[in-house]
Amino acid sequence: MTNPSDPIIRLRGVEKSFGAVRALAGVSLDLAPGECFGLVGHNGAGKSTLMNLLSGNLRPDSGSIEIGGQDVTAGYSPQVAVRHGVRCVYQELSLCPNLTVAENARITHPAIAGIGWRRRARALIGEMLDRVFPGHGISTDDVTGDLSIARRQMVEIARAFAVTEAEARVVILDEPTSSLDSVAAGKLLAHVRRYVEGGGTVVLISHLLGEILGTCDRIAVMRDGGVVALDAASGFTRNSLVAAMGSVAETAPAAARGRAALRDSAPKVVEARPARPETLSLAAHKGEVVGLAGLSGQGQTELLVQVFDHAAGTQVGGKVALVAGDRQSDGIFPLWSISQNISIGSLRQFLNGFLLDHDRADAFAEKWKERIGIRTPDVFQPILSLSGGNQQKALFARALGAPADIIVMDDPMRGVDVGTKQEVYAMIRDEAARGRTFLWYTTEMDELRNCDHVYVFREGAIVADLPRAEMTEERVLHASFRADA
Amino acid sequence: MSGPVSPRLLRSLLPPLSLAAILIAIFYLQPRTMSYFGLNLLLNLAVPIALATIAQMFILCVNELDLSIGGFVSLVACITATWLHDTPLLGVAALAGLIAAYAGLGALIHLRNLPSIVVTLGMSFVWLGLAVLVLPTPGGKAPDYIRALMTLKPALVPFPIIAAVGLALVVHLFIMRSAWGTVLRGAGGNPRSLERAGWSLLRIKMTMFALAGFFGVLSGMALVGLTTSADANIALRYTLLSIAGVILGGGEFVGGRISPIGAVIGAMTLALAGSFLSFLRLNPDWQIGAQGAILIIVLALRVLISRAETRT
Amino acid sequence: MSAARRLLGQPWLWAWLGALAVWLATAAYTDGKGSGEVLSAALTFGAFFVIVALGQMFVITLGPGNVDLSIPACMTLAGTVSMKTMGGAAGMIPLGLALALAIGAAVGVTNFALIRLLRIPPIIATLSASFIFQSAAIWWNRGLRVKPPQPLADFTTAKIAGIPFIAILVIVLALVAHVVLTRTLYGRGVIAIGQNMRAAHLAGIRVERIRAATYILCAALAGLCGFLLAGFSGGAALNMGEEYLLSSIAVVVIGGTSVAGGFANVPGLWGAALFLFLLVTMLNTFGAGAGLRMVLTGLIIIGVIVAASGGTRKT
Repeated sequence: MTNPSDPIIRLRGVEKSFGAVRALAGVSLDLAPGECFGLVGHNGAGKSTLMNLLSGNLRPDSGSIEIGGQDVTAGYSPQVAVRHGVRCVYQELSLCPNLTVAENARITHPAIAGIGWRRRARALIGEMLDRVFPGHGISTDDVTGDLSIARRQMVEIARAFAVTEAEARVVILDEPTSSLDSVAAGKLLAHVRRYVEGGGTVVLISHLLGEILGTCDRIAVMRDGGVVALDAASGFTRNSLVAAMGSVAETAPAAARGRAALRDSAPKVVEARPARPETLSLAAHKGEVVGLAGLSGQGQTELLVQVFDHAAGTQVGGKVALVAGDRQSDGIFPLWSISQNISIGSLRQFLNGFLLDHDRADAFAEKWKERIGIRTPDVFQPILSLSGGNQQKALFARALGAPADIIVMDDPMRGVDVGTKQEVYAMIRDEAARGRTFLWYTTEMDELRNCDHVYVFREGAIVADLPRAEMTEERVLHASFRADA
Repeated sequence: MSGPVSPRLLRSLLPPLSLAAILIAIFYLQPRTMSYFGLNLLLNLAVPIALATIAQMFILCVNELDLSIGGFVSLVACITATWLHDTPLLGVAALAGLIAAYAGLGALIHLRNLPSIVVTLGMSFVWLGLAVLVLPTPGGKAPDYIRALMTLKPALVPFPIIAAVGLALVVHLFIMRSAWGTVLRGAGGNPRSLERAGWSLLRIKMTMFALAGFFGVLSGMALVGLTTSADANIALRYTLLSIAGVILGGGEFVGGRISPIGAVIGAMTLALAGSFLSFLRLNPDWQIGAQGAILIIVLALRVLISRAETRT
Repeated sequence: MSAARRLLGQPWLWAWLGALAVWLATAAYTDGKGSGEVLSAALTFGAFFVIVALGQMFVITLGPGNVDLSIPACMTLAGTVSMKTMGGAAGMIPLGLALALAIGAAVGVTNFALIRLLRIPPIIATLSASFIFQSAAIWWNRGLRVKPPQPLADFTTAKIAGIPFIAILVIVLALVAHVVLTRTLYGRGVIAIGQNMRAAHLAGIRVERIRAATYILCAALAGLCGFLLAGFSGGAALNMGEEYLLSSIAVVVIGGTSVAGGFANVPGLWGAALFLFLLVTMLNTFGAGAGLRMVLTGLIIIGVIVAASGGTRKT
């Protein structure tokens, strides 16, 4: 009924915003049957939002999604996606850890039921594992929670490609090789080619550019919520991909710092090393702003928490305060007022004997509200009455107001608007000039330009150590991606 | 997976080994128990406890906890000894209504996202109060067929052993082996992914609570069959025993990791622990305390084993 | 106008209104006869409820899964040991009190050690430990009922201007607890942990130290309650703590403290304790039996959490 060359999925002007942040700014894409479509971009470029829209986990604010010529925008959900043959392998695994490999196949393939279901489930997943990852060494009766992460990933992938009543027409793979070794990754990519040649469609998201260049037919580069380059894979090189991913130019050279001398003169206050065999170690001197760069989730947060906890193996000379980036899970006390949220970091200052002096705490919060510009009538409002960016300012106020010598910041600008960012940058430079030390994990290039020294993280280890003078966007990006491509 | 005995194997062997250890100790202290009648006597009261433990296991499987199962079993016992005996139709209807009430409880907890501990704590008042209303003073009479079933004397193997093995196997086949049971367990392991795959968590929770109600009803009926009469406080201990039984049997509080065979073994171990302690001539004052201690020791062993597991 | 709105927003208001309504209904039924005595009895029994509920409130405020189920066993153990040690001698009262508090503290340390070292969920840890405490009490007691020293018995039943002295004492205790909750580092820490344990840690709060202190405080208050209750009721009985397990949780929940943690209030405890006692009295006056009383109590507890939970699940 449909022409084989018609697109299987067609996106038209799809937009999605989270609060003030525009995650997707009108994306239009056609995916053809029998192609492998690569998606690359830096963190926050909109790849995962796009993937969540395709798999039905998010609804677009505007625009339309068509599958096989049928408009499915209204009421699109993961279940509808599966019914149309759209499968997705998520980065966070979605297996039930308490079930065996075969039982997990049953969960996503409701057709496997009745007498002999276990035999059929074993056959289905076992054959697919053999086909994609020959020599995988997984028994279909293994409990998935006991498997290594790599093997769990294999099961997850094999389950997505397995076909029962519901066909698999489009398979979306989000960083599928991140936990696989190079041999298994090679097998997967070979299977992707076979599957595509058989008429299937694959969307491949990966940070390994070599993988993308070698496997995909077409590649789209995303930046700031839009597709900035789209061409046949043969039209790209590794360097042209990196160039397309980066921002156009250094927007404005950060204020001349002339602070490189700090490394030589000021005392070292932090020395820490990730728990990895091959890694450089991180050092911060008094008054420095040290950047932790790299792709997200490469061990930066773990190192910051290590420093915060004064964990064994780290040398920390002074009190530490932390600015959380994941506000909901690490930062905000949702039932409290703005004042209570700000003052919790420095309560000892307000003790009168054993008792807290609420007036002094409130005055302190009021002072910081003015200083950091939290937009609210008064600090007695609930913290949740603030926008995300203003909540983040309250968290900055909590840490900056605390009697701490070292302030660690865990990608603290997520969801913060540009104006606020500039205010906070200025404040950080100010405080550093007064002798405070900052460890700043950020995934945004612009923010790294505010740092005196940058360490690049990859797979839990520190792989590059760049003084401000030597730091360029290109060097950070190259260090962030594995060289085996 | 190194070393002569893998921690995982050790872990799954812990429940049967505990049971064997306690049985051997009993046989050693009191050789007369090593007979048909001795075993019958020892294990009789383990049957209703095992049923209540299975009921609790279904609740734990979906990451909830039932603090009302003891009161519920008491209420069932009171209804069985009165209505089911005197006016069977009313009795059957009442028991069916109780199972439906359990399913409704599951729906309430899921839909309103309530803490199951507090809800079931409140329900324990309700069940107990209803039991007092049904049977204000101890008494009543077990229906003859239940009495006859519970006092069966099959050749060779005592009835409690047959009942326990049968119960463990049936529940194992259902929840561990069937396609449907797999989905039910999956809801404890990763509810989000189950929902993504198109299953209804509400329906699953209601099913699990209804199953718990069903086995709670069986437990109360079995208990009355053994004691012949009932009273409102008859099974209040079961709340704690059932939780302890599931955990002793290798189940976990979260994550849908359960084992029906283990749960039945755990229940029997706890039931035997009482007899063991009295054969030991341990001061009867310490009976309950020893049960608490056994629970703590087994949990401690488990922590040690799982520490070894993470090391390898 | 805004004062009225602020009053309506107080979490403890409903418990107090409930208590008042129930008392008035009882008084109306009896034409006001004996309603003074009822109130006096409510203050005495309510005082015992409030002592344990104060501890339970701090524990529940620590967040989901935190609850102390060893309160009854701890009360019984502290009551029996202290009564037997005092042996009715007035001079031994300070020692008996110290012993009851020390037993409570030891129970709290045990509970927290199980939770922290064996990583047992608090419910099961406090439950299994309570078996041991209960056995210890049975063993120590040996079926005897040692009378409390006369001054202690007099003290627990004394009245000043018709108000039970023990109620005044517990009102003072509640005031102290209120100050601890709202104006100390510890209280702030408890509330922060209950809202978000990880965020509390990352804000520099010493989470484990505060949790330990909370379980110890709760058990020590249970010990105190056991001591006073044994003095009040003419000696320690092995089942004296029984009704305090469910009641302590019910009083906390009805009093407007969040079961999900991170939000607590002290005035509600007194309102809820009076409400629960007066409710039972009212049902008694109306001629309801024990069964109906329990059913209604249970349904009210569930009704309160359903009403308090507010949000339905998004799916």
